Amino acid sequence: MSSTKPWGLLAQYENPATLTHACSRVKAAGYEKWDACAPFPVHGLDKVMGIPATKLPWAVLVVGITGSTFMLFFQAWAMGWAYPMIVGGKPLLSIPAFVPVWYEVTVLSSCLTAFLGNWIMNGLPQPYHPAFASKAFERVTDDKFFIMIESEDPRFDSEKTKTLLQESGATLVEELEG
Amino acid sequence: MSTSTAAVTLPNDPKLRGDVVLPEPLEGRELLVRGDHDFHSVTEMVCAVNEAPILKTPNGLKFGIALAAAGAAMFGGYVGYLFWEGPGIWGNNNPVGWAWDIVNFVFWVGIGHAGTLISAVLYLFRQKWRTSINRFAEAMTIFAVACAGSCVALHTGRIWMDYYLFPIPNQMGLWPNFRSPLEWDVFAVNTYALVSILFWYTGLVPDFATLRDRTAVKWRRFFYGFLSLGWRGSMRHWMTYEKAYQILAAFSAPLVLSVHTIVSFDFAVSQLPGWHTTIFPPYFVAGAIFSGFAMVLTLAIPAREWLGLKDVITIRHIENMNKVILLTGSLVGYAYGMEFFMAAYSGNQYEGFTFLNRMGGPYWWAYWIMMSCNVITPQLFWFKKIRTNIKITFILSIFVNIGMWFERFVITVTSLHRDALPSSWDYFVPVTEVFFLLGTFGLFFFLFLLFVRFFPVIAMSEVKAVMPQANPHWEGYGHAAGGHDHAGEHGHDHHAAPAVGGVAGAAVVTTGGHS
Repeated sequence: MSSTKPWGLLAQYENPATLTHACSRVKAAGYEKWDACAPFPVHGLDKVMGIPATKLPWAVLVVGITGSTFMLFFQAWAMGWAYPMIVGGKPLLSIPAFVPVWYEVTVLSSCLTAFLGNWIMNGLPQPYHPAFASKAFERVTDDKFFIMIESEDPRFDSEKTKTLLQESGATLVEELEG
Repeated sequence: MSTSTAAVTLPNDPKLRGDVVLPEPLEGRELLVRGDHDFHSVTEMVCAVNEAPILKTPNGLKFGIALAAAGAAMFGGYVGYLFWEGPGIWGNNNPVGWAWDIVNFVFWVGIGHAGTLISAVLYLFRQKWRTSINRFAEAMTIFAVACAGSCVALHTGRIWMDYYLFPIPNQMGLWPNFRSPLEWDVFAVNTYALVSILFWYTGLVPDFATLRDRTAVKWRRFFYGFLSLGWRGSMRHWMTYEKAYQILAAFSAPLVLSVHTIVSFDFAVSQLPGWHTTIFPPYFVAGAIFSGFAMVLTLAIPAREWLGLKDVITIRHIENMNKVILLTGSLVGYAYGMEFFMAAYSGNQYEGFTFLNRMGGPYWWAYWIMMSCNVITPQLFWFKKIRTNIKITFILSIFVNIGMWFERFVITVTSLHRDALPSSWDYFVPVTEVFFLLGTFGLFFFLFLLFVRFFPVIAMSEVKAVMPQANPHWEGYGHAAGGHDHAGEHGHDHHAAPAVGGVAGAAVVTTGGHS
C-alpha cells in the first residue's frame, strides 16, 4: 500500500446497460466528483448522471451576434465612409449587397466559437489524466465502459466506494494514483 | 406474410454479405451494420488499415499514393510554370476570359458539397445511415475545396497579389468591394473550407483517441495523442461535444446551400445572356449535391471493397446515395429544361440565341455530353436492379462526374464565346490546361489516399452509437426489449430496444423509436 492518498477509483463495465445501472446507483449514493467514460455517448446517461445542460449554445449565440453585427457595420463603414465609391450604380449603403459576406461571417464566428468552446469548456487538450495510467482504461475508446470516483469527493471511502462499484456490476475495480 | 425479411439469410463471408440486397423490412429499419459485430470488432475492422506498419502498406495503396503523388508533384511544377509565365499559358482569349480555371473551380467546390450534406443535413434529419460514410465524405469535401481554392487563387494573374482579396488594413485605406459577387465568393469559400475542417476534426477526435490507445508504436502514440487532445470519452465531455457537433451541423447545413448559391452569383449577378438567370442558385446547389454524391460513390465503392468495410458500407448505403443522385439529377434536368423554356418565353433574342447556340453551335459536343451524362444517367436509378448493382453504379457515378464537369464548361465557355459584338467572337481551345485539371486530381487523390492510410475512414464512435448494443436497454440478441424499469427515468427519449428477427447475421431490426 502506498502512503499517498489515491486519486480515485476506476471501475470497468462491459456494456451500456450495466453502466447506466451503475451510474444510477453512484448518483443515488450522493457522489459528486465522479464521471463515466464510454466509447460513444450512451443514450440517456446524462439524465441518469444528472449532468447539467451545456452552456455552449449561449456562448455561440453571443459571439455569433457580435461577429454578425461587427461585419455589417464594418462593411457599411468600409464602403460608405472610409473609402466611399459608387460601384455598379449602387448606393453607398447598399445593405442587400452586404448580405452574403454578413451571413458568411455570422456562420464563421459561430462555428469557431462552437469549436473552440467545446474544447475549452471540456478542459481539453489535457495531455495527462490519472486514468491514462491504467492499462484497462485503454479500451475506453474501444468497447469498455468506466466509472471513476475521485477521492476528493466528500463521500469517498476507499472500502465503501469499492464495494459499491463492485456490487453495481463492475468487472474490474482499480485504484488510480494521483 | 410468410415472406418476412427473416427469411433471407446473410452469408457469413464478410466479403459477400455487404452486397446482399435485403427485402424491405416489414416494419422499422434495416440494421446498419451487417454481420455479427460487437464494438471491438468494429474498431478492429476500421483500424486495420491505419495500424498496418508503414512498410506493410498494401501494395495497391502504395501504388495509388505514388501515382497520386506524381500527379500532385506535377501540379506543383505546373503552378511554378504558371507563376513564372502568367495565365498566358492558357487558351483564354478575349471574349472567353474565364475558362478551365473557373470550370475546375466550380467543379471541385461542387464535389465538396455532398460531404457537408451528408455530415450536416443528414445529421440534422437523423439519417443514421450517414454514420458509415460521413467521415470520408467530409474528407472528400476538404480535399475538393483545397483543389477548388487552388484553382481560383491561381486564376487571378498576379498570384502574389491575392492577399488583396481579404480586408487587410493597408496604407492606401482601400477595402475590397463588398458589393461584388467575387468578394462574396472569397468569404463563402474560405468560410466553407474552415468550417468543414473544424467539423471534420471535431468528429475525428474520439477516433484519434482510439488509435492512440491501441498503438504501441512511439511515433503513432505521439501523433495520435497530439491530435486526440487527451480525449478520454468522459460523459461530461460527450455532452458538450455532441452539442458542439449539433451546432456545427446546424450552421453547416445552410452554409452548404449558401456557398454554391454564392458561386452561382459569380455568374448570375452579371448581365451576360446564359448567366443572368434567377434559377442559378437552386440549380447550382442541386448540381453540386448531384456531382458530390457521384464522387462519394466513386470513392466509396473501391474503398469498401479494398479496405474490407462492406459490413458498414452496405448495399443499402449505396442504394440510398443513388436515390439522392436520382432526386438531384432530376432537379438538374428540370433546371436545364426550365432555362430553355425561359429563354424562349422571355422573348429576349440574345437569351434565345445563346441557348440555341449551346445546342447547335461550335460547342454542341460539350452540350450533348452534358445532357447525356446528367439527364439520362440518373434516370436509370429509377430501377432497383440498377440502384443495387455495384458495378453499374460505379460506372454511372463516373459518367455523372464527367457530365458535371461539362456542365460547368458549357455554362462558362459557351456563354462567353459569342459576345454581343460578332467581330469579337472567338473559339476557345485549351493549351496546357489539361495538366491543370490532372494536377488537381493528383492533389485530391494524394491527400485522400494519405487520409485513408493514416486516419480512420469510418466514424467509429458514431457507428458504435447506432448499433443495437449501444442501446442502454439492450440485453443481448434474442432477448425481448428489457429495461422497462428505466422507462420512467427518461421515458420521453426512449428508443424501443431492438428485437432481432431470428436468423444468423441478424437480418432485421425493428426500431420503434421513429414511428
